[in-house]
This record gives sequence, C-alpha cells and structure tokens, in this order.
Amino acid sequence: MNTLRAEGLYKIFGRRAPEALAMLREGHDREAVQQATDTVPAVIDASFEVQPGEIFVVMGLSGSGKSTLVRMLNRMHPATAGRVLIGDIDVTSLAPPELRALRAEKISMVFQHFGLFPHRTVLENAMWGLEVRKVPEAERRTRAAEALELVGLGGWGDSYPGELSGGMQQRVGLARAIATDADILLMDEAFSALDPLIRSEMQEQLVELQQNLHKTIIFITHDLNEAMFLGDRIAVMKDGRIVQIGTTEEILQDPANDYVEAFVQDVDRSRVLTASAVMEEPIATILRREGPKAALKRMRERQVSALYVVDPGRRLVGATLDDEVIEAIMGGEHHLENITHTDVPVVDPDTPLNELLMPSAQSRLPLAVVKDGKLLGVIPRVTLLAALGGVRRSNGTEVPQVDVPGDDDREEAGA
Amino acid sequence: MMTLTDFRIPIGDWVDTGVEWLTDNAEWLFSAISDALGGLIDLLEAALLWPPPLVLVILLAAVALIVRNWRFGLFAGASFALVAMMGLWDDAMSTLALVLVASLAAVLIGLPLGILAARKDGFSAFVRPVLDFMQTMPSFVYLIPAIVFFGIGKVPGAVATLVFSMPPVVRLTELGLRQVDREVVEAGEAFGAAPRKILTSIQIPLALPTIMAGVNQTIMLALSMVVIAGIVGAGGLGAVVFRGVTRLNVGLGFEGGLSVVILAIFLDRITAAFGDRASRRTSH
Repeated sequence: MNTLRAEGLYKIFGRRAPEALAMLREGHDREAVQQATDTVPAVIDASFEVQPGEIFVVMGLSGSGKSTLVRMLNRMHPATAGRVLIGDIDVTSLAPPELRALRAEKISMVFQHFGLFPHRTVLENAMWGLEVRKVPEAERRTRAAEALELVGLGGWGDSYPGELSGGMQQRVGLARAIATDADILLMDEAFSALDPLIRSEMQEQLVELQQNLHKTIIFITHDLNEAMFLGDRIAVMKDGRIVQIGTTEEILQDPANDYVEAFVQDVDRSRVLTASAVMEEPIATILRREGPKAALKRMRERQVSALYVVDPGRRLVGATLDDEVIEAIMGGEHHLENITHTDVPVVDPDTPLNELLMPSAQSRLPLAVVKDGKLLGVIPRVTLLAALGGVRRSNGTEVPQVDVPGDDDREEAGA
Repeated sequence: MMTLTDFRIPIGDWVDTGVEWLTDNAEWLFSAISDALGGLIDLLEAALLWPPPLVLVILLAAVALIVRNWRFGLFAGASFALVAMMGLWDDAMSTLALVLVASLAAVLIGLPLGILAARKDGFSAFVRPVLDFMQTMPSFVYLIPAIVFFGIGKVPGAVATLVFSMPPVVRLTELGLRQVDREVVEAGEAFGAAPRKILTSIQIPLALPTIMAGVNQTIMLALSMVVIAGIVGAGGLGAVVFRGVTRLNVGLGFEGGLSVVILAIFLDRITAAFGDRASRRTSH
C-alpha cells in the first residue's frame, strides 16, 4: 500500500486562475484575490500526507473547500497548482487512460447522496467498478456479492436502490467502493445525508470494517463529532486553507487558533475523547512489597486516603484504604496482601469518556486505566469532569505520556 | 426623401442563389438521399400492403394489446377496421410508411445532435436558435426547396416532414441527458469509466423516458405534416384531405382527417407506452 501525499495543492475556479494563483502565492488574502480577479479560490496551498491504513478526516463548514479538495485527489477536479502523489505515481500528470486505470484500481469513492445507479440492481451497482475494468462477468458477480456481504447487505443483490432505506443505500455505495479492492477510499460527506441514529450506526460499522480492511480513508465531513469519532488525524479547513492537522486529542486540547477553538467548543467530548487522552500519572501508588507502614507514609505525603498497590513493572494488584492500613499496622501486620482489595474497577485506555461516568461515580478511587495488567494511569473524578466540560489542563497543552517501564521511578523511591 | 423601404435587402435572392448553387453542385447528394428515403418508404409501404388488410388490422390490434392492454387492443382493431371500411386503407398505409420513415430519419439524425448538445455548451447555444427556426418557419415553406431538390412525390414530403419534426427529439435528448443527477455521473467517472461507457451505461438509460417523450413528439409532428406533404404529391391520407378541400367535399375531408386521427392515437399510445416502461425502470 502506498502513502497518499498532497503537495501545495491549489484549486482556483475562473478564467483568471493563473493571476489569482500568483497573488495568493504572494500572500494576498483570499477575499482580496477573489475581488480583484473575479475567481473563486476553493483550495489554497493544501499539503498533507496520509499513511496507509489511516483514516484521515478533512473537516470544515460548507464552502471551506473540502469537497473540492477530495475531488482533486482522484483528479475529478484538476489542480490549478501542486501535486497529488500516490506512492510514486504523480496523479496530477497522468494521461487520461492511465488516470482512468488509477481510478478503477487504486482509488474509489463514496458520495454524499450515494450516487447510485437507479436503473441497476444493488448487485449491478456494486459491480460497476469491476465492469469498468472489464473483469469477467462471473468474477465480477462473486466479488460484488462479497462486498455486499461485508457491508451487511447479503441477499439484497436483486433489489433496486430505490427500494432500500437511506442507510442501506449508502451501504451499497460503500460496497461499490470496496468491491474494486482499491487501497484508497474517498468518502465525501458519506454519512451526512443520513438520520442521526443511522449515521452513528454507519460510523461504527465503518470503524469495524476498517479493522479488517485497513484501507487508506480520506473522509470529508462538516460534523466535528463525526470527524473526531472516525479520524486517526483530522485536517480542519477554513476558507480553502487547512488551518490545523492533528489527532482528536491535539485538536481538542490545543486548537491552533480561535476558529478551531470555537469549533471544538460544541464537541461531544464524552464520545470522542478516550480514557487514555485524559488520564493522569498515577501518583498514589505503592509497591506491594513495601508494606503497610510505607503505605501510610505515602498516604500522608500525598494526602490521599487510598493507594493503588502494584508490582514491579507497574502491574496492578489492587487498592488499599487508609482505615484498613492503620488497623493493619496496629495489628502488627507486615504485608499489604491481606488488606489489598483486588476487585477495583479498571477501564481500558480506549474507553470513551461517556462510559467512564458510572464507574467513576461508584468508585472511591480515581479510575485505574489498565492495559494488559499494567496500570497506565488514573482518572480522578475531577479530571473526568474537567475534560467533559472542555476545561484545559492547568499545565497547558501537555498530554501525559505514561511510559510503563520496569524501572519506574516511584519504584526506586520506595525501595 | 429616402425611406427605409427603399433599402431593399434581397434575402430572397440570396436564398435563391444558394438553392440554385446547391442544385447544380450537390445533385449527387440529393439523388442519394432521394434514392435512400424513397426506396425505404416504398419498401415499407409494400410490406404494409402485402397482407390482406384484415390480417394487418389483427396484427396491429395485437401490438396494441401487448404493449398496453386489452382495451386499447380492442380500440385499435376497431378503428383500423373502420379505416379499411372507409376505403382509405391503401392511403393510410402509405401515410404510415412515410411517417415512420421520416420519424426514423429524424430520430437517427436528432439523437446524436441532442447528445452533442448535452455535452458541448457551445454547440447547444448554436443549435437552439436553429431548432427554433425550424419549428416556427411555416411548414409550407419547406416544401419549396424540397420540390426544387427532390421534385414531386413522396421524398420531398418526407424531407419536409423530417426537418419539421426533428426539433423535439434533439431538445428532449439534450434535456434528458442534462437532467441526469450530477453525482450519479460523477460516480461513473470516479471508478474510471470512459465518457462513452458513462453515456451508454448511465446517461442514456436514465434519460430514456425523456428521450422517448421526444420521439413521441417527433412522430406526432411528422403526422401533422402529412396533409402538407400530400399537396406535393406524397399521396396517402394527405392527398385525400387535400382533395376534399379543393373539391369542397366535406365528407371526403372528414374521412381522411378521421383516419389521420386514428393513426395519431395509435402511434402516440404505443410510443408513450415505451416511454412509461423506460421511466418505470429508472424510477426504481
């Protein structure tokens, strides 16, 4: 599979495009250029790189140029300037037959209003790309049927698109796109025309599909929630320019400018942020072998009433509570084992915040974020609430990097 | 004092000169067209007149029944029988042959023109006023050059009919193709289909109901020309009506006119049924 790269792409509509291009490159702003040259600069100096298997979301309001940009990637809109590279193929300079071959084999597309052929059956729709490529009829049928099966439309092949619901129609669109086995999938507002419930269902299905297919997906949307739910990385577009490229967390926690910040205000953080994005370093921990006295000391130092008990390598054993520690010391107990609760609630780092609310409310301890038995971090209730409310971290923009080495510094401190 | 009317612009003379030049220099072309059209009309007419009228009446009724329903089948059978019993069978078949050949030629020429107009805005802008001209110019006028080029008979009638009836199929083909959803065409392109493949597999099938409406209109216009064609010796029902007019014979004129109406209803319903079928297929 190949990397998709856009280098300094410009798309200017209008007869005086070269003039407008020169002005834009000199640094004039879009409004002025538009006025002066009677052109519409739709995409201005867009550069990015999409890795194989990545879902790259281009997000922007209508008129931001995102639909034009995606159509430049398969040259449905020829670029005014700049290059599109797929691996080492320069899409922008291909001859028409080679371009058609590229579209038939390497890059396919899903449309906002589905773009299905109403006069063809669902199966015939899914076969379209293979038909264009002159794949033999029998193979065409099997591969199209497989694609339909994959999107959950097995058995609908003989129906016509008009007989299906919106969500099902878009599944046909998706099946048509994946039937060609193209590495790259362009999805232009693919779910925007669907009802909210169907939309999130489709989003989840796409994520699920992607786990098996590992396509390179360029997904266009105006819906930030959708962008953050789907995107490995997100490019935010405004007035033809890409204003920020980053992961969901980067964009939420560190918006590049006021525009992006205003935009992310309304995001449903509980759905797009995950435990790993908000968790903090666990400071209230104790090694199991350190014993009750050390535990009490640690509690006083940290001013907490409970500690997570870990083994070397930060493997979570459980938690211990202050009253029980004191009781144990008074009873002459030297081991933490007997006063360690092993049934503490733990969450996976990929859990979205909305699923943390109940465990967090029911737990006396900060939620433990655990992967493969290792304590990666903790989420105190206040951290969870702050994240949901969109409050930035006090220490600025830093996202906690929790390495989980065997030689943990707290381990040394306690030893 | 000079008045505006003193400046005589001799457009008529120019047209005459042009027509003269064409008759002198393009005679081979006109005789080829004449042979092809005339041959085709004669062939079709002979075929229509070959079986006994009753057999053909039953056949036409059967077509009506298959394409639409039993009621229309019954109507077609009864009305064609009436034409035969008015003694106008031969004339009606002669007219039918002329109308079908002229319409076929109009569609064969008009369809590609419509496709071209749908794809090239420049050609569309050029062709539109030409079509307006063709449709609004009094249809009698076509007869004059037609006679000059092709003489008297069926061919000038067919040519005048062809010219007069072509605009709807061009217009509606263009309209139909332009109305195909942009995103559907884009979907064709996005998978690497060549323009020809998109035209034949997507655009034409989806535009077919509109194109068929154009074909239907073309046939209707062709039929409306038969009386005028009758004047230049094309024969058929047109000649019957024309005879009725010149002899002030109301009865004869009515019989001829009624036969034209029967042909018109038959052709309209049959072509409309094909259009309906096409739209049922695309509206799924």
